[in-house]
Amino acid sequence: MRPRALILRTAGTNCDVETDMAFQFAGAETALVHIQHLISDKVNLADYQILAIPGGFSYGDDIAAGILLAIEMKHKLTNALNRFVEDGKLIIGICNGFQVLVRTGLLPGNNTPQMAQRATLAMNTSAKFECRWVDLETQESPCVFTKGVKASVYLPVAHAEGRFTAPVDVLSALEANNQVVFRYAESRYPNNPNGSDSNIAGICDPTGKIFGLMPHPERFLTKWNHPRWTRLVKTQDTRSEEGDGLVIFKNAVNYVKANLL
Amino acid sequence: MSSTVNEIEILNADDAELMRISREGTLSLSLNEMQTIQRHFGTLGRNPTDVEIETIAQTWSEHCVHKTFKSTILYSEEGKAPEQIDGLFPSFIQRATEEIAKPWCVSVFSDNAGIIEFDEKYNLVFKVETHNHPSAIEPYGGAGTGIGGVIRDSLGTGLGAKPILNTDVFCFGMPDTPYAELPKGSLHPKRVFKGVVAGVRDYGNRMGIPTANGAILFDSRYTANPLVFCGNVGLIPRNRCEKSVEPGDLVVSIGGQTGRDGIHGATFSSAELDDTSESLGSVVQIGNPIMEKKIVDALLQARDRNLYRSITDCGAGGFSSAVGEMGEHIGAEVHLERVSLKYEGLAPWEIWLSEAQERMVIAVPPENLDELMEICEAEVVEATVLGTFTDTHRLQVFYEGAVVADLEMEFLHHGLPMPVKEAVWQPPKHPDMASRDEGIGVENPSYTNDLEQLLASPNIASKESVIRQYDHGVQGGMVINPLVGVENDGPSDACVTTPVLGSRTGVIVANGINPRYSDVDPYLSAASAIDEALRNIIAVGGTLEKTALLDNFCWGNPDKPDRLGELVRAARACYDIATAYGTPFISGKDSLYNEYRDTTTGEQRAIPSTLLISAICVMPDIQHATTMDVKAPGNFIYVVGNTYAELGGSHYFNIHGYIGNTAPDVRPSESKLTMERLSTAINSGLVRSCHDCSEGGIGVAAAEMAFSGGYGMSLSLNGIPIGEEINADDVLLFSESNSRFLVEIEPQHQHTYESHMAGVPIGCLGTVSDTPEFVIKGKTGRSIVATSIDILKSAWQAPLNL
Repeated sequence: MRPRALILRTAGTNCDVETDMAFQFAGAETALVHIQHLISDKVNLADYQILAIPGGFSYGDDIAAGILLAIEMKHKLTNALNRFVEDGKLIIGICNGFQVLVRTGLLPGNNTPQMAQRATLAMNTSAKFECRWVDLETQESPCVFTKGVKASVYLPVAHAEGRFTAPVDVLSALEANNQVVFRYAESRYPNNPNGSDSNIAGICDPTGKIFGLMPHPERFLTKWNHPRWTRLVKTQDTRSEEGDGLVIFKNAVNYVKANLL
Repeated sequence: MSSTVNEIEILNADDAELMRISREGTLSLSLNEMQTIQRHFGTLGRNPTDVEIETIAQTWSEHCVHKTFKSTILYSEEGKAPEQIDGLFPSFIQRATEEIAKPWCVSVFSDNAGIIEFDEKYNLVFKVETHNHPSAIEPYGGAGTGIGGVIRDSLGTGLGAKPILNTDVFCFGMPDTPYAELPKGSLHPKRVFKGVVAGVRDYGNRMGIPTANGAILFDSRYTANPLVFCGNVGLIPRNRCEKSVEPGDLVVSIGGQTGRDGIHGATFSSAELDDTSESLGSVVQIGNPIMEKKIVDALLQARDRNLYRSITDCGAGGFSSAVGEMGEHIGAEVHLERVSLKYEGLAPWEIWLSEAQERMVIAVPPENLDELMEICEAEVVEATVLGTFTDTHRLQVFYEGAVVADLEMEFLHHGLPMPVKEAVWQPPKHPDMASRDEGIGVENPSYTNDLEQLLASPNIASKESVIRQYDHGVQGGMVINPLVGVENDGPSDACVTTPVLGSRTGVIVANGINPRYSDVDPYLSAASAIDEALRNIIAVGGTLEKTALLDNFCWGNPDKPDRLGELVRAARACYDIATAYGTPFISGKDSLYNEYRDTTTGEQRAIPSTLLISAICVMPDIQHATTMDVKAPGNFIYVVGNTYAELGGSHYFNIHGYIGNTAPDVRPSESKLTMERLSTAINSGLVRSCHDCSEGGIGVAAAEMAFSGGYGMSLSLNGIPIGEEINADDVLLFSESNSRFLVEIEPQHQHTYESHMAGVPIGCLGTVSDTPEFVIKGKTGRSIVATSIDILKSAWQAPLNL
């Protein structure tokens, strides 16, 4: 049996197809599922080992980015989600998906009796939507998605609300538990594109099985997605055709194969 | 307003009364057209209802039927015998495509967008629209609904294409216009600029469509009439490109609710603007991109399950146009009280005409309705059965059981009298600027300042602050970004994307636009726009063989013979140059009446005659793509293509306050080979970087390549191949002759490259340096430009960093 990944969709989701392709390339069996089908029990979340919440503007990001989908998940999928997490299954939220995970309380996630929001992704300090590639530093963390990922990774961001911020105690707990997975390599704008606290670009829960990040690994599945591949390819480039984002999805699939099947 | 139907008294109206009805109802119908309607209803022995006359006005509007491009034109040009042109569109645009006869053209000019082949499974659709008048009044809403509308064109082509790429080209007034000089009722160009960019950003980003190509131009004549071109490319399965409608199919509307927004958009955009236009707030629509995304999500599923037979978008004219067009050959019956409304109180004609956004109409066989409704329910999209397609050949509209319109399809679609229009072309005569090398008393001129000034002129300056606000990476297929180079901030000639993830087949999209050359000759402006769009395609690795074009004409009032004369010149160039290069037109659009009338002085101001050419090319293997940033010190820089003394309409003349008289010509007999050879050189891996020479000529192109790559250059103008004798350094450096490129060649490939390019004018200008110094020597060997790439880059980046 192949690992099964459910790519969650709703009104305004728009990175679903490439996230789906990423999991397919990584070897998963995938399904693009509208949240209505989970709410109506047409699709059973328990049939999957990976839940991916892709980027986009769920419900237009009305009120704040990701909040409406988070509320819907918390209140209409409570049991299914709790069981998914208790079963030690994997959840990844990218960009808008990260915003959703933070607003559900699944991230940072430790010891919250109920799902309660303890951090946020606020408006960029530049006060605008920005699309650019950034250098990331991979941190020592329990995150299963980033095992063996290079110390520095180059990925694109595209968001207006990506500034990770949280109360001091939450931030220090994140650091103490090694929950910070990616940091922007520099603190000054635009390398830290949004002004995040401690240059945080991605975090995981204490178990490392729930992962959220603002950058888009699903946009770097082949080497031709790199914005400067024409500068590398004809001289010193000896890499395979694979892009640096794919390993994140492969790690998830391999983890499921080794632990959940 | 009451929800009743009024009779419009036209049977006994005199000409003055007919025109009063047209004007006061924003119908934009001419006297001849009003008389035709009067005669038609005379034979029926009754007056039309408001629903009927509004339906006719929408269907017959310039916006919907493109009268100017179809009507007969009596054309005269100085020193030539007058000629009769039987329609610009059939004579110049359609004929070019027919003669070029590319087998990969699947559908041209007939559907909502043109369709070309992509790979074994998919075709591509491409359409560019304008949303000028709405953006002048309400920039954010106007531009957002512009992009929303063109996306629905892709979705309404064949049985519906998935939108994969947006392209946007804007023309604004000068950003530094003093407030005191603003025409009455106009918004400041900066406000228009910011509003338009935000509108396109918010709509495109929320829809999840990469915006990866475009241009922004500035000219004071666009202040009262800004131009907003919005384009969309879609991907469609090869077996979903045809549509049909059968009697008995249900008329189903899908998407947003109907309100009083956007009423009279089609007729409004077929008239000139003045200082009262601002008060026509209800002509601009309100956009909701998430609604449109839901429609795409639902419809593509329904398409793949074959649940409907035909689809079109509710654009200009709303239901009246959509249902009228779909039922043109059979008939249709619609019940307006079934329409889902945003609020109560709309008169039947308002429901029928509303251009409320995010609505599509599909023709659904009754047996498929339940399955369609199931999909819509799951995606939380509203779908409503409005009526039925019939075999009556009539458009019959009911409201609460009463007939409110009953029109013959034949009269509606073919009753429009075609006007005969007059056109005149008189070449202008502008003062010429003498070359600074030949000027009196100028000792040893340096062109360093000119180069910096050119890079800082708003038309050339970096558009990064805008581009970064657009999501150009969504959908995961981007291969050549709009920004390239060592710091990801150089100006790419075109974008390349792979819409099918995992495949190396790519799509290249580029554009060309040169309104300044229209001041010299609209023929050369149009020819240059085509050449520029094609250069951009070639520069990243495309081929002429696989390239198709779109034409978007934005012009002044075509009822004025001089404006129409310019249109004739431009259309003729489209035929000449497209056929010479073998690149067919697959779709196009025109927006006329871009004029502003000052109601106090009576002064008329027209925009520069502006033709946007958009080009799309299928690239079999994207790993051959190249970018414009120089890659390594020691490599040679070559010019490809001949330089002529062609500074008319150039940016160099412009910064010195001149227009000139010799705009760049296009010489396909020499340049077709240039483009073909260069294209194969790039695809054989002989070229490390390539940039087309356009605004600012060789000087600007070289500077952009250098600072984007992070290396200086040491060049000499002596290497430039010339098509005629040129001795002046400024002419060589800044002439904007077409069909020229700068390329970077590694020393190891120099001989292979030179022999490959045999028969094409090429010349080595110098080398890439390992220092930031940017140096150019003139004809006599003296240094005429000496600066650094850092200075050039900051000059280029500073002005539009908003």
